[in-house]
Amino acid sequence: MVSGVLDYLWLVPAFPLLGVILNGVLALIAERPFLLKEAGLPPPGGSHGHPSRGNSHATEAPGSHGSGASGPHSAPVYRNVVAFLAPGAVGASFVVALLCVLSLAARPPEGRTFVQILFPWIQSGSFLAPVGFQLDPLSSVMALVVTGVGFLIHVYSVGYMSHERAFARYFVYLNLFMFAMLMLVLANNYLLMFVGWEGVGLCSYLLIGYWYEKQSASDAGKKAFIVNRIGDFGFLLGVFLIFWTFGSVSFTDVFARIPLLRDSGVLTAGMATAITLLLFLGATGKSAQIPLYVWLPDAMEGPTPVSALIHAATMVTAGVYMVARSSALFLLSPDAMSVVAVIGAATAIFSATIGICQTDIKRVLAYSTVSQLGYMFLACGVGAFAAGIFHLMTHAFFKALLFLGSGSVIHALSGEQDMRKMGGVRRYLPVTFVTMFAATLAISGIPGLSGFFSKDEILWQSFSSPHGSPALWFVGALAAGITAFYMFRLVFLTFYGGSRMDPEVEKHVHESPWTMTVPLSILAVLSVAGGWVGIPASLGGDNRFEEWLAPVFRSVAAAGAHGAATGAHPSVSLEFGLMGISVGVALAGIGIAYFLYRLRTSKPAEIARRVPALYDLVYHKYYVDEIYEWAVVRRVVDGSVWLWQMFDALFIDGIVNGIADGVRSAGDRVRRLQAGIVGGYAFSLLAGAVLLVGYILYRSMVP
Amino acid sequence: MTGVPLLDQHLLSVLIGLPLVGAAALLFLPREGHRTIRNVTFLFTLAEFLLSLLVVARFESGTAAMQLVESVPWIPRYGIGYIVGVDGISLWLLMLTTFIMPITILSAYSSVQKHVKEFMVFMLILATAMVGVFVATDLFLFYVFWEMVLIPMYFLIGVWGGERRIYAAIKFFLYTFVGSVLMLVAILALYFHHYAVTGTYTTDLVKLYSLTIPVKMQFWLFAAFFLAFAFKVPMFPFHTWLPDAHTEAPTAGSVILAAVLLKMGTYGFLRFAMALFPVAASDFTPLIVTLAVIGILYGALVAMVQKDVKRLVAYSSVAHLGFVMLGLFALNLQGIEGGILQMINHGVSTGALFLVVGIIYERRHTRLISEFGGLSRVLPVFAFCFMVITLSSIGLPGTNGFVGEFLIMLGAFRTHMWHTAVAATGVIFAAVYMLWMFQRVMYGKVTQEENLRLEDMNGREVAYMLPLLLLVFWIGVYPQPFLRRMDASVAAFVTRFEAQKQAALRGSPAGETMLVRYFDSGK
Repeated sequence: MVSGVLDYLWLVPAFPLLGVILNGVLALIAERPFLLKEAGLPPPGGSHGHPSRGNSHATEAPGSHGSGASGPHSAPVYRNVVAFLAPGAVGASFVVALLCVLSLAARPPEGRTFVQILFPWIQSGSFLAPVGFQLDPLSSVMALVVTGVGFLIHVYSVGYMSHERAFARYFVYLNLFMFAMLMLVLANNYLLMFVGWEGVGLCSYLLIGYWYEKQSASDAGKKAFIVNRIGDFGFLLGVFLIFWTFGSVSFTDVFARIPLLRDSGVLTAGMATAITLLLFLGATGKSAQIPLYVWLPDAMEGPTPVSALIHAATMVTAGVYMVARSSALFLLSPDAMSVVAVIGAATAIFSATIGICQTDIKRVLAYSTVSQLGYMFLACGVGAFAAGIFHLMTHAFFKALLFLGSGSVIHALSGEQDMRKMGGVRRYLPVTFVTMFAATLAISGIPGLSGFFSKDEILWQSFSSPHGSPALWFVGALAAGITAFYMFRLVFLTFYGGSRMDPEVEKHVHESPWTMTVPLSILAVLSVAGGWVGIPASLGGDNRFEEWLAPVFRSVAAAGAHGAATGAHPSVSLEFGLMGISVGVALAGIGIAYFLYRLRTSKPAEIARRVPALYDLVYHKYYVDEIYEWAVVRRVVDGSVWLWQMFDALFIDGIVNGIADGVRSAGDRVRRLQAGIVGGYAFSLLAGAVLLVGYILYRSMVP
Repeated sequence: MTGVPLLDQHLLSVLIGLPLVGAAALLFLPREGHRTIRNVTFLFTLAEFLLSLLVVARFESGTAAMQLVESVPWIPRYGIGYIVGVDGISLWLLMLTTFIMPITILSAYSSVQKHVKEFMVFMLILATAMVGVFVATDLFLFYVFWEMVLIPMYFLIGVWGGERRIYAAIKFFLYTFVGSVLMLVAILALYFHHYAVTGTYTTDLVKLYSLTIPVKMQFWLFAAFFLAFAFKVPMFPFHTWLPDAHTEAPTAGSVILAAVLLKMGTYGFLRFAMALFPVAASDFTPLIVTLAVIGILYGALVAMVQKDVKRLVAYSSVAHLGFVMLGLFALNLQGIEGGILQMINHGVSTGALFLVVGIIYERRHTRLISEFGGLSRVLPVFAFCFMVITLSSIGLPGTNGFVGEFLIMLGAFRTHMWHTAVAATGVIFAAVYMLWMFQRVMYGKVTQEENLRLEDMNGREVAYMLPLLLLVFWIGVYPQPFLRRMDASVAAFVTRFEAQKQAALRGSPAGETMLVRYFDSGK
C-alpha cells in the first residue's frame, strides 16, 4: 500500500534541522563580525585591534530591551532572513505534520500506526536501534502540539527578541530544540527517543544560558543540564533492562512481546517495576517532579519565549509522554503506578503552595508548571493516560499563553519581573490582559474552558479508577483551589489596582507588536476552545480526544494485566458531585485571591507577619535548594578535593615517589662501587635478570 | 588491481617505514628552515594518512583473519619474525594514529618554536613506532615497537614540556618502563613454553594463540601483562603519572599521549593479555571491572576540582579509559565493540580537547581556569568548537561519545549489572566537570584585560579542528562503517576466548576457587 503523504513524515524533524544549518551559517558569517565589531573587538581575521570600549558593554538583563545597543541604523539584513527562516521552518514542519495526521486519521482506528525506518543507527550483534519514526494517535497529538505551539512561539520570538544582539544564535538554538523535540516524540524506539531527550536538554541548557555573561543564567543552565542528567541516568538503565528483557528497544516490538514474556515468566512484576521506576526517574528529571524539580524555577533565567516553549508547553511534558508511551509497561506494575500517582499528586500540591508566595511573575508560572505536570503524572499513575495527555495539550495552550503574556508584560515594562512593581497594567496592554485573563480562567478550571475539561477528567479518574483513591482526589482538588488562588493573585497584582511601576518604566509602557499579540490571540482561542475535543459523555460530549487515543491505550490495556485502564464511569451523579466540588474549590480560590489582593490589600503582609516561620519556609521554597546544596553538592566537592589532595597526591604518589627515591639511592650506591659505564652495566644486568627470571618463572610453573 | 600490486603487498610496511623516511629526510634540511621542516613533516604525515586509507579500502569486513599480512623471518634462529597485519580490532586504531598525526603536526606549527627539527624528527619516529605497535602480530616485534614509543615521548615531555617537565618525564618513563620489563619477562616465559610444548621457538602471535596454556602459568603471565598494560591505560590506582605527563607535555605530546599512547594499553589487553590467557582474564575480571568503575568515578570526581585545564582533561581520561576497560571486560560483542569504538572516540574528543586547551595556552600562556572567563564573547568560533568537543566528551547522543559509552554499558550491563549501574553515574559527573569548566572558561564576563585582546582561531587552527568535529558527528550519527568492520574479528575473539578458556579448564572441577586453581591451597 502506498502511504502517500506519510512517506514524508521525516520532513517534520528535517525542516527545523535545515533551519539550524541555515541560521547557523548566518550566525557564523553575518552575525559574528557584527557582534565583534559592536563589542569593540577586532574583527575576524584582523590583527591586533585595540578594544576602545573594553568591557563597557554590560550584558543586558533578560528582557531589558531597547537599551541603546541597537539603534535603527544597525539592523542588518540577515536578521530579516533569520526572522523568516526560523519560524518558516517550523511552520513547514507543522503543515507536514498536519497532513500526515490527517492521512493517518483517514485510516481505520486499528491501522493508525505508521512506522518509517530511515537507516540503522547503532547496531551490534542482536542490538539494533534504527533512526525510525512512528506516527500514531499519541505521537500525532504531540507532534501537532509541538509544531503548532512551537510555530506561534517562533513568531512571537521575532518580536520579543528583536532588540537582542545575538538574534541568529537564539533562533539556531530554538530550531535545534524543535528538531530534538520532534525526534523525541516521533522516535519509534527508546534509544532514539533518548537522543531527542538529551537533545532537548542541551537546547534547554543553551537557551537558559542564552545571556551567558550573566552568572545566574549560566548557573541555571548548568543546573538544568546536570539535574536532567540524573534523570537520564535512570532512563538509560531502563533502556538496558528493556533490551536485555525484550531483546529490542523499538516500541512496537517491546509492547507486542509483553504477553509472551509475561506468560513465560521472564517478565516478572519485579522486573516491570524496575524498568518503569528507572524510566520514571528519567521523567522526574525532564518533567521537573519531586525530587528533581529544582532546576525548572531557575530555568526562568532564559528568555521568556523559551520558558513558554520549552519550560511549559513542550519539553517538560516529555516525561508525561514517555510514561504514556510506556503505559503497557507501567500497567504491569501496580507499585510503579502508585509511585507515579503519589509523586504526581505530591508535586502538584507541593509546588502549588510555593507558587502562593513568589513575587517574580515568571517564577509563579514556573511553580505552576511543576504543579500542573504533577497533575499529568497523577493521571498516568491512576491509569488515565488519555486524560494525562489531554491535560498536556490544554496546558500547552494556556501555559504557553500565560508565559507569553507575562513576556509581553515584561517586554512592556522594560524587563521588570517583580509583581510588586507592576499593577494596573491592564490599561496599557489590553490584548495581553484579555488573552492572559482567558488563560487564567482556563488553568483555574472554570467550566467551559479547556483546562476545566482536562483537569476535571484527571480528578474524576483519580477518584474512580481502580488505581485511584479518594485521597489522591482530595490532594488534586486542593491543589486546584490553590492554583486558582495564585493565578488570580498574579492577575490582580499585575493588571489591577494602582500602578506600582517605576515612573521611568511607566513612561515607556506600550502594547507589544503584532508578531507578539497575534500568537497570544490564537493561543487564547485554543485555551478557551481547545478542551471541546474532550467533553466527557456525562456532559453530553463524546470525548473524541479519548476516542482518538483509544487505539494506543486500548491495545495497552489488552496487553497489560488490568482491564480497561480508563475505567467505566460508575455513577454519573457522583461524577457531577465531584465536578461541583472542584469548581467550588476553584471559585473559593478565586474569591480568596479577590479578597486579599483587591479588597484588603494590606491583609497578605499581615498574614505573613502573623506566621513568620511558615511564611519564611514557603517563601524560601522549603529550603530545598539549600538542603541539596549542603547535603549533596558540598559533600561531593569536599570529598573530591580530599580524594585529589590526600589520596592521589599524598598516598599514591607518595608510594610512587618513595619507590623512585629508593631506587635512585640504591643506584647511587651501586655507582660508587662500580664507577664504570653505568648505563651499559645496568642494561646488561637488567637484560640478564629478565632472561633469568623469565626462565625460572617458566620452569616453576610447568610441572 | 594491477596498478599498485607491490604497494598492496607491502602496504603496512610502507606505513611503518614512511615516517622514518620522513625523519631521515629532515636530517638533510637546514635546522633554521623551520617553515620547510614543518611543511615537509606535515606532508609526510598527510601522505601517511592518505596511504592508510588504502588499508580501509582493501579491508575485508567479512573475515576475522589478519589481513594485508607480511611475514618475513627476522631472526630465524630464535623463531622471531617480522609479521604485520590488521584485523577488525586494530584497523581503527591504526587509522586513528595516521589520522591524528597530521593534525598534531599542524598544531605544532605555532606551539613549537625551539629545536623544531628535533621535535619533528621525534614526532615522525613516534609515528612509526605507534603504527608498528598496532600492526605487529609478532610478540617480539610488538615489544620492540612498544619500547620504541617510549623514547621519543620521553624526550617530547622532557625537552618541550612545561615547568616540571623533568619530573613528569621521569615519572612517565619509570611507570611504563617497569611495566615493560614485566611484560618482557612474561613474553619470554611464553616463548619457552611454546618451545617446551611444540619443540619450536616462535613469537608469532597467531601460533601462540593456538596454545592451550596451563592455568597456573596463565595466572602469572596475565598478572605481568596486566601490570604492563594497566600502567599504560592507565587504570586506577596506577594513573598518577598521567596528570603530570599530560600537564607538562607540549600540546602535540598531550594529543598523541591521549589519542594513541593510552590506547596501546587497552589494545594490549585485548590483543595479548585477554586473548592469550582467557582463564586468568576471566578470573581477574571482577577485580578489573571494579578498578575500572572506581577509575570512572574517581577520575570524574578529581577532575571536577582541578584548577588547571589540562590536569582536568587528564583526569577525565582516567574516567574515559575506565569505560573502555569496562567494555572490554564485559566479554561480549556489544561491550568489546563499544570499547574499541570508545578508544577511537576518546582519541578524537580528548585529542581535540588538548588542542583546544593548546589554542588558548598559546595565547595566554596559562592553563589555570581562573585566568579565563567570558571567552565566548571574544572567541565565537573557538567557543563553537569547544562546545562541540565538550558535548562529545560528555557523551551527548548524536556525538561519537554516546555511541561508544552506550554500547559499553549495554554490554557490561548484561555481565556486571551493578558495576554498570555505578559506572553510569559517571555520565552525570562527566557533565558536572565539563560544563563547570566550560562555564568558568567561556561564560560570564571577561574579567582579565588581556583576554579581550585574544584572537579567534585562525585558518590553520580551523583546518585541523574541522576533521575532528566531522568525526564527532559522523561516528555519532552513522557509526555503521566503523562497527561493521569490527564485527567479524570481535565475534571471533569472543568465541575463541570462550573455547580456549574451556580447553584450559578441562579437568578442573566446577566451582574451583582461585586459591585452589592457582596456588593449590587447601589441597
